[in-house]
Amino acid sequence: MTNTLKDRFKTEEYFVNMGPQHPAAHGVLRLILTIDGEIIKNVEPDLGYIHRSIEKMCERDSYQQIVHLTDRMDYLSSNINNEAVCLAVENGLELEVSDRVKVIRTIIDELTRLASHCLWWGVMGMDLGALTTYFYAFRDREMINDIFEETCGARLTMNYNVPGGLMFDIHPNFVKRTKDFIAHFKTKIPEYDRLLTGNIIFENRTKGVGILTREDAIAYGVSGPVARGSGFSSDVRKHQPYSAYDRVDFKEILFTEGDTYARYKVRIAEMWESMSIIEQLIDNIPEGDIQAPTKAVIKLPKGEFYQRVETARGELGVYINSTGTKNPYRVKFRSPGFSNLSVLNHISKGGKIADLVAIMASFDFVIPDIDR
Amino acid sequence: MGVEKKRFLNQAEAEGLNQVVPTDFPGKVIPGGNGGNFVITTLDSVINWGRSNSLWPLYFGTSCCAIEMMQTGAPKHDFSRFGFEVARPSARQADLIIIAGTIVNKMGPVLRRLYDQMAEPKYVIAMGACAISGGPFYYNSYSVIKGADHVIPVDVYVPGCPPRPEALLEGMIMLQKKIQTENMKTKQNPIDGFDEGL
Repeated sequence: MTNTLKDRFKTEEYFVNMGPQHPAAHGVLRLILTIDGEIIKNVEPDLGYIHRSIEKMCERDSYQQIVHLTDRMDYLSSNINNEAVCLAVENGLELEVSDRVKVIRTIIDELTRLASHCLWWGVMGMDLGALTTYFYAFRDREMINDIFEETCGARLTMNYNVPGGLMFDIHPNFVKRTKDFIAHFKTKIPEYDRLLTGNIIFENRTKGVGILTREDAIAYGVSGPVARGSGFSSDVRKHQPYSAYDRVDFKEILFTEGDTYARYKVRIAEMWESMSIIEQLIDNIPEGDIQAPTKAVIKLPKGEFYQRVETARGELGVYINSTGTKNPYRVKFRSPGFSNLSVLNHISKGGKIADLVAIMASFDFVIPDIDR
Repeated sequence: MGVEKKRFLNQAEAEGLNQVVPTDFPGKVIPGGNGGNFVITTLDSVINWGRSNSLWPLYFGTSCCAIEMMQTGAPKHDFSRFGFEVARPSARQADLIIIAGTIVNKMGPVLRRLYDQMAEPKYVIAMGACAISGGPFYYNSYSVIKGADHVIPVDVYVPGCPPRPEALLEGMIMLQKKIQTENMKTKQNPIDGFDEGL
């Protein structure tokens, strides 16, 4: 054995559990880290701490009852999840919903996305040591919650969609309050930028950290803002428009750097796009029925039905296999968080533990969405 | 469990505390009120005042309720008005667990371990339908524990799916009121004899 300086200060590899109760894990994700000093050698996610058997429960429920389970999955984009199931069922029934339903669904989708990105921004700052962002973001998010509450009575798990339309019409104040919120929020995003985006500490913590190339993003099935930060065009709203996305004009945000800072920039730019979509639709919500007539017991024809939507985290797929009865034979959710988690080991190897926290913050995991 | 309960109720009756307990009540009753002398009651009121106004919660958010719990700590609702502001990530520094979300079979032992790590006195709020009874996952679910009180003793239940921030604040204030009626003479550790009832 040589007695060089490097050998004398050699460190051993050891294991550290990050989670399941960890403030930076955004829930109950457990990461088994193999580390050498502070350098990460391997990251092994251990799932199942919030596995609630939603897919199995769907097999016992009728199609209307499935909807309320899905907003407990990705609770930050609850309306988008509900819509995915409703669209899949409507595809199966070959049911055409009215324009009014499509436009209202799209507006509420984008409000949900704003609320989700707002929370992500606050929590990302908090994870990197800037607690002020948390208070700023939640102050603005509360305005969106108030709009939801007035519309459907719930603040978070909305359950506003039903197969065939909406549960009830929007509140008379909806348009005015949404416009007020957009006007308010437009003055706030520049404030967010001043606070965090141009901050030198924040830039040093995020630029060049956790680089995900475009090829790897495609190979691992990454979607959503994480993929778009790597230059992989994967926006379902653009490629397979559903609801009213085909009648609005919006850009798909693409950055090519692929690092944590690029993913941050994608979400900030997406907030502007969401507001632009809402502004295009809010002034001319068409008249029409809010529910297409359906039978009390919905029976899908025999076959397989699939619907993709773009949640705040990426592509959500709903697969329904029906045998013609009132319950589905099998329901499978392709959740964005699960695929995005699979790339975590690949991009955080060789970095520091503090970098892993920044990377996880930029991935914006919702653990019940991963575990289902 | 049966023997334990009987002994305990007799003790409460002997002290003249008017506890109306149904005979088939499954849980354990911890009597409130002061049965002590002047020194104890004075000390109690000072200690309870301190304890109830500086409860440090452990962030134990497993699912949707965690967002409403964060919202309760955020500007509009702001639970720091009532002394809850120092939310701790570590169980060893916390007085109170707010169980915000579903507890599944894999998480149950972890929750119990976190509870055991906390220093006494420790309190638990079960927030939301899942932590109370399994909530929407009560039927047909193979992996959900039907209520956090199967794992650890719970002080306050806050219903809702998820509860509004105001509801959580109400639950927290109820817990403060409960702490203010404690006395050192009859104080019991709620985990004692808990496992025999399982």
